[in-house]
Order: sequence, then C-alpha cells, then structure tokens
Amino acid sequence: MTRSTTARPFAELLALTRTIAREVAAKHADSVDRDARFPSETLAALKDAKLLSTLVPSALGGDGASLSELAQLCSVLAEGCSSSAMILAMHQIQVACLVRHGQDTPFFQNYLRLMVSSQPLIGSVTSEVGTFGDTRSSICGVEVAGDRFTLMKKATTVSYGAYCDALLLTCRRNPETSASDQVLVLATKDDYQLKQTTAWDTLGMRGTNSPGFEVHCQGSAEQILPGAYADSSAMSMVPYSHVLWSALWQGIAADAVGRAATMVRAEARKTPGTTPTSAIRLAQVHSDLQAMKHHWQATANEFDQLEATDAGRTELLSLGWALKFNNLKTSCSDMAPRIVHQALQITGIMGYKNDSPYSVGRHYRDVLSASLMVSNDRIAAKSASMLLVFKDT
Amino acid sequence: MPTNAPTSPLTASERVRQVLKAHGRLATAIESLGDTDSLYQAGLTSHASINVMLGLEGEFNIEFPDSLLKRGTFESVAAITSALETLTPG
Repeated sequence: MTRSTTARPFAELLALTRTIAREVAAKHADSVDRDARFPSETLAALKDAKLLSTLVPSALGGDGASLSELAQLCSVLAEGCSSSAMILAMHQIQVACLVRHGQDTPFFQNYLRLMVSSQPLIGSVTSEVGTFGDTRSSICGVEVAGDRFTLMKKATTVSYGAYCDALLLTCRRNPETSASDQVLVLATKDDYQLKQTTAWDTLGMRGTNSPGFEVHCQGSAEQILPGAYADSSAMSMVPYSHVLWSALWQGIAADAVGRAATMVRAEARKTPGTTPTSAIRLAQVHSDLQAMKHHWQATANEFDQLEATDAGRTELLSLGWALKFNNLKTSCSDMAPRIVHQALQITGIMGYKNDSPYSVGRHYRDVLSASLMVSNDRIAAKSASMLLVFKDT
Repeated sequence: MPTNAPTSPLTASERVRQVLKAHGRLATAIESLGDTDSLYQAGLTSHASINVMLGLEGEFNIEFPDSLLKRGTFESVAAITSALETLTPG
C-alpha cells in the first residue's frame, strides 16, 4: 500500500500502540474490569496519539492503514486491556463504513477530515429491541423531511454508548419499507439524546460499558450514508468486525499464554536440565495460538489484496467471502477460550488467583464474550444455508 | 420433476415469478412488482434469497456457478432472468 507523506509509517503506529498497551492499558486493566468502568485513560492516550483516525485515507489527512495493519494494532492493544481493544475495534469498524461508503460525498469527506483533528469516538447501534440479534433487519425507520432527518431507535446494546462522540445507527430506509431495506445514519453528539434503559454488569468485557439506550436523533439528511446497508455490511462491517475481533481475541489469548510461559520459564530455571511437565502443555497451546494468528492474518491479507481493484471489492459480495468471514469468526471465537483454558492449566492456582501476576481470570471471562457477540449459532445457521448453494469451485 | 424451458408453456420470467412467490417471502406481492423493481426493497432477505436460489436451480434444472451467487444476480426478476439465460442451454 502506498502512503502519502502525511501518513505515518506503520512501524510508528505499531510502536505508539504498543507503548499505550503496556504503559496505560495494562496498568488500568484490572480496575477497569473490577469497577466495570470505561477505560478513559487508554482512550485519552489513543486520541492524543491520533490513533482513532489511522483508517482515514492519507488524502484526507489520516494514515490510510490497511485492514491487516489495523488488526495488528487491535491485537497488540488487547494484550494490555481487552475492553480497550474492543472499543478501538468497534470504532474502526464504524470508520471503515464511512471511509468505504461515504467518501464520495462532501459531508462525509469533510467529517473524515475533521476526524483527524478532533478524534471523535464512534459507537455502533446495530442492535434493536424486537429484532432478536438479527442485525440485518430493523424495526425503526429514518424519516426525512426536506433536508432534515429524525430517527428514534430502542437499542439493546450501544457500544460504550455514554462515552461516544458520534453514533452510527442501522435503520430502515424509511418507515414504510421492509425490515431488511436498511441504511446507516451517522449522528454526531449534538444530534442525539440518550436515555439509558438497561445496565452493563457482565461476566467480561466489563469496560466496554455497552448497556441499552433509547436513542433520539435528528440532523441533516446528508448524514445518511449513501447506498444500502446490505452492501456496506457485506463489504465493510462484516469483514472489519470479524477480522478485528479475531485479532483482538488472539491478543487476549496471547497475553494469557505469555503469563503461562513466564511461569514455565521460572520453573525451568530452578531445575536446569529437566524440562518441566508444564512445558509440554505450553508447546501445545503455543501451536494453537499460532494457528489462530495465522487465520486472521491470512484473511486480512487476502482482503487487502482484493482491495487493490474495483472488481476485487465486489468479490466481497459473494457467498465465498461471506463464508470465509463466518468461518474466521466462529473458529477464532471458539479457539480463544480454549487457549486461555490451557494457559490456566499451566499456571494452576497462581493463574486462578485474581491478585497474582499470573492471573488469567480476566482474560478467560473476556474471551467468553467472543462466541456470543453475533452468536456463533446464528452464524453457523447462515453458513449452513449458504452451503446449500455454494459449490466451492 | 423440473421442467425444461422448451416444453414449458410459461416464459422464463413467469417461472422466475412463481419461484419468487413460493420462496421469496416478499413483503410486497410479486404481482405488483415490475421486472426491474428491486426485490430487496420488496423485502427479499439474504436467508430467503438462498431458498429462491435453490428453487430456481430445481425449476430450471441448472446450477448457479459461485461467481453468480451474488446479491446483484437476484436484484430483480429481470436480473435473475438474464442470469438464467447465460446458464440454460438453447
């Protein structure tokens, strides 16, 4: 990928993220988890380092990072704090939709340019009371009168809702159309009012603070993203979600394995010449971790290569690619808890204790969210249905 | 048994409409849609579109190659009919 002179080299973005992961995110991860609080220190550091606009094209002042680069950043941040990495990933997914489907309109072009200087955090509002987790159908519809829109949505979860600077909502193209005829609408802070309807006291990913909200918004009709959500979902939201999530789950698993490895090395130093039995387990889990990493890396690289051509982009609308992203998501979300479980078998009671440096309890609870955020059962049912017509030739 | 195009009394477009009526689960009745009207705006979901693909493969005794299994192929009655023309012999 070619970069303009304003874009920072990827090595710089990676170094910045790594420093934030170690010096900020990791330091606060336990209190973020314990108190189920928003990781404000990490987000402030990411904004300071202008890491919320890495996906904005370099022509608009951003870094023009590729999917595989973004995934690497999410993975590295997840080694410090899962919630922070999930927030970064969710934000980047929203930016991907704006960049890839809005860039040709003056409103979104201007918004993306402003993102570089103001670093707004964008939250996702795809869930809705009554659609039972099916993001590809909406009950609410956007109403346009003249050059203004109004929209009211009852969402079951809004990612870090109270801490967003903008929201990207799915809704019907108009109140009269069918449930699957959807569009995306961007609402900036001044455009919406939130009424919290549920709490966020969860097993893991506690810092993402994503309770239910009733969202009332109004704004300029230009804030409706051009095109159909069916396309932006297949070409951007699903690819970015499944790759970035898989990468961050792998980062969480890597930190758990890292803790286990530290313990194995300490044990080995006590008895040089004798390989500790736990080292065998480490060898096994190390292989699983590598397979998981290679899965998201390969998918991301293939996606980035497709991006080089217009014809490649439309390939993303094919069943083959839909299956590929489904497989990545279900495979990595199943693998992450198994890897952390293995790490726990190595660390034993020291990993089970919350107050030990080898603790992997938080990691374990956090990765259990993986198979639930977009339920693996729902994805498997969709894949099963696609395989009735897909020939894989 | 699937009927082959030459012996059917119905046109390809009429047979496509029958399949859509049986499997499309459209919110708008197929009879009220023109050949080029968007089926997606009429409520065709990705799940129902798989059943439409299966119905068409059975009705026309063809197999859609993976390259045609795209949203655009099933956008309208006209789009489906023209995709079928590239597959049906004769």
